[in-house]
Amino acid sequence: MLAAILSLTALGLTLGLGLGYTARVFAVEGNSLVSELADMMPGTNCGQCGLAGCGAAAEAVAGGTVPATVCPGGGVALAQAIAAKLGITLSLEGMEDKGPMVAEVAEDICIGCGKCMKHCATDAIVGAAKQIHGVLHEACTGCGGCMEDCPTGAIVLRPLPVTLRDWNWTKPALAA
Amino acid sequence: MGLLELLNGARWGVHPHDDHKRPAADVPLRVMPLPKRLCVPLLQHVGAPAKPCVAVGERVLRGELIARAQGNVSAPVHAPSSGIVTAIGEVTAPHPSGLPFAAITIELDGKDEGLPTAESVDPFGLEPAEVSQRIADAGIVGLGGATFPSAPKAQLGRKLAVQTLVINGGECEPYLSSDDSIMRERAGEVIDGVRILMHATGAAEALVGIEDNKPEAIVAMRKAAEPFAAIKVRPVPARYPMGSDRQLVQVLTGKEVPSGARTASIGVLVNNVSTCAAIHRAVRTGEPLYRRIVTVNGGAVAQPGNVFVPIGTLIEDLLAFVGLKETPARLVMGGPMMGAALPHAQVPTVKGCGGILALTAAEITVADPSPCIRCGSCVKACPMGLVPLEMVARIHAGDYEGADKLAIDDCLACGCCAYVCPSHIPLVQSFSHAKGEIWKRAQQKKRNEFTKGLAQARTERLEREARERAEAAAKRKAARAAQTAAATGSQETSA
Repeated sequence: MLAAILSLTALGLTLGLGLGYTARVFAVEGNSLVSELADMMPGTNCGQCGLAGCGAAAEAVAGGTVPATVCPGGGVALAQAIAAKLGITLSLEGMEDKGPMVAEVAEDICIGCGKCMKHCATDAIVGAAKQIHGVLHEACTGCGGCMEDCPTGAIVLRPLPVTLRDWNWTKPALAA
Repeated sequence: MGLLELLNGARWGVHPHDDHKRPAADVPLRVMPLPKRLCVPLLQHVGAPAKPCVAVGERVLRGELIARAQGNVSAPVHAPSSGIVTAIGEVTAPHPSGLPFAAITIELDGKDEGLPTAESVDPFGLEPAEVSQRIADAGIVGLGGATFPSAPKAQLGRKLAVQTLVINGGECEPYLSSDDSIMRERAGEVIDGVRILMHATGAAEALVGIEDNKPEAIVAMRKAAEPFAAIKVRPVPARYPMGSDRQLVQVLTGKEVPSGARTASIGVLVNNVSTCAAIHRAVRTGEPLYRRIVTVNGGAVAQPGNVFVPIGTLIEDLLAFVGLKETPARLVMGGPMMGAALPHAQVPTVKGCGGILALTAAEITVADPSPCIRCGSCVKACPMGLVPLEMVARIHAGDYEGADKLAIDDCLACGCCAYVCPSHIPLVQSFSHAKGEIWKRAQQKKRNEFTKGLAQARTERLEREARERAEAAAKRKAARAAQTAAATGSQETSA
């Protein structure tokens, strides 16, 4: 009886320590490229790309299963940054840069249910139950997630209004 | 300036064969009669916009504070004449985009009633900090066009113990002569302003740089500066962009401002001559900045010249005063090289507006661009030592990062490169676009980081709330259990 207990304990200890040791020494490091790409993404996990959050999108981009233009929230700027990181040529086809968008609540049909507030990943929607909600422009990423949750269709996406601060000259045409 | 440069003359810039400054510069200064209405903008300076402190319907007097400065780098705004505030809202900005910005509209009553005049003070009996405060209260900003608030600039100069003041009377832009006019007619005020600034900053000497195409101004300023040994009037060659602070500092002191740094980093502070005159009035008599000299010039103007204009005057009122020979093909605020094309004439003048040009079609002809022949004229012309032809090639290919690496940030947008380009390539226009694009991307990156932080904060909050709910539920459960235990216990004892 004692011999059995001791031998099994010894066996368990050896195997356990061995496994613990190999797990540390031969650990497979996560793909650093993926984490770098994930850092570049908006990080709001809005799901507009159709993948499960920014981490999954970064993995898919690194694996080459989706193009660099996967993230609608990041826009052309992010697509170009990703392409530069991966060293691939970028085709911007099918990606129109509408510029930054923000959600807007139509006051006349908002019933103040608060569903949009609960959905928003960046807490950009403010308001209280049975009160009209408002959107903070600086915090809204324009992901459109709140639109799906609104029972009255009171939320629309609009381009962020251009101000004197961020207006820019159009690119002048050059001779070919 | 090195020996080679002395022999060859300046290596940078351009020299327009006709600077179009005369005859407008030689016409005596006129004072514009008060218009019916003024739209005084809240953002006429670099920094945060001023915050209105009057209400619609209120009567204001000339010189009264109508909007307070907000934050360290900002400037207050004052009523240029007496009248009733009729609106606080948006008007078209003097900007090529035609976008609106906030302004206070005053219907003038024509009485031009001012605040009771304050007693004149001796600025040299005041502490430098008090002088700066008076400059700040008067809403003085750099009148050369950059509109940086003058008080924080003077404070920075004092903090960094600058030794040299460079007073900018370059006015190198063709067509413009507002600085020329103030030096000819108010040289005493300018020199007194220089002395006050030297007192406020602690600078030991002041160099007044005036382009040699303004001999009358040089004579007047020399005469006014005669009693003061520390103020030296130095004629400089007429060469665009001599009025740019970096170029003027280099010509006058021989020192080059490092890329990305301010002139204060090499111990020099630059102020415009019109700013000095405004500082003189602000510190001596407490008069805030509510009017300035504006050059009205261009082929379409009937009586070109310099006009004393209340700030907030609509361009159409100003043009009606000087008269138009024909409908202008383009309206420009500022000079022809760096000025802003205006969308229409219903825009207000601002503190930084030194000129209004009404140009005819003949004056603005633009040729179609042809391919770059790599002649290098733009490289020779660039006062900042940049390589415009390489930068534009990168921008055209969408490689903004490449343009950034070629130090596009140092580009002054002076337009010399586009002016000399034999292929008429819109070089400076491309650089303005690229700078905007680079800025936009940096902004987007900042925004991304901000929203990422928000998303993280939300996740943490939700987790904390769930944990707190669970803890509260456990506590309630424990309390209930204790209650039941106590109840059964008491039942047992009672039994």
